[in-house]
Amino acid sequence: MDTNIIEREVAIEAPIERVWSLITQAEHLGTWFGDAGAEIDLRPGGALQVHWQEGDHTLVGTVDAVEPTSRFAFRWHQLDTPAGADLTEQNSTLVEFSLTSEGDTTHVRVVESGFGSLALPENERVEMHADHSGGWPVELGHLQAHAAGVAA
Amino acid sequence: MLATDTEVFSALGDATRWQVLTSLAERGEGSATVIARDLPVSRPAVLKHLQVLDRVGLVGSRKVGREVLYSPRAERLEATARRMAELAAAWDTRLAALKKLAES
Repeated sequence: MDTNIIEREVAIEAPIERVWSLITQAEHLGTWFGDAGAEIDLRPGGALQVHWQEGDHTLVGTVDAVEPTSRFAFRWHQLDTPAGADLTEQNSTLVEFSLTSEGDTTHVRVVESGFGSLALPENERVEMHADHSGGWPVELGHLQAHAAGVAA
Repeated sequence: MLATDTEVFSALGDATRWQVLTSLAERGEGSATVIARDLPVSRPAVLKHLQVLDRVGLVGSRKVGREVLYSPRAERLEATARRMAELAAAWDTRLAALKKLAES
């Protein structure tokens, strides 16, 4: 079980179709997610880019799942991977949006996972089988408190 | 994401390494030999894990006679927990912007 995740939710007073389009259409992604535009090829395997003015920063990603109007997922490139390289567990996190409607409210849940399986740079990698089933950072706070107590 | 974050995330992402770090945190300080007694892992494997943790700054080490004693470094864990909180806060900000746009 992969629990190295960030999980967030928001309740939006708008129809699910509207929220779905804001999450999956380039013209909208480029305003609420980024602030300088976006491009998206909305199909599994399609390219995704979101731009920010600050630092001329660009999110490079690949669409992972498109299930209107309930689920949209993409892989978010996190490391200095050569252009055109495949996005994998070793160089990207997975971002998943889940949408559900309840009356006039749309609940959006976002889960970003896979921080623990990002690979160390090649020259830093240790020759051993990596087991990524660990339960950090759920327990990070616990361990941190432990370590702080020990250090005090 | 900073390379150092990635290194720490990756170092923490291994279940056995996490056990090694947890065991060390419970003891406060210990050698690879002592930690290997706590876990179903060989001493050489424990030593490799400790060296990875040492390299990314999650543990410190000192030599006592012929032994190397390792201890957890709270400040690195705190920095990592802070970074995870920042990444979570970034999502809160984005979702708030999405909500505002959707409800406008």
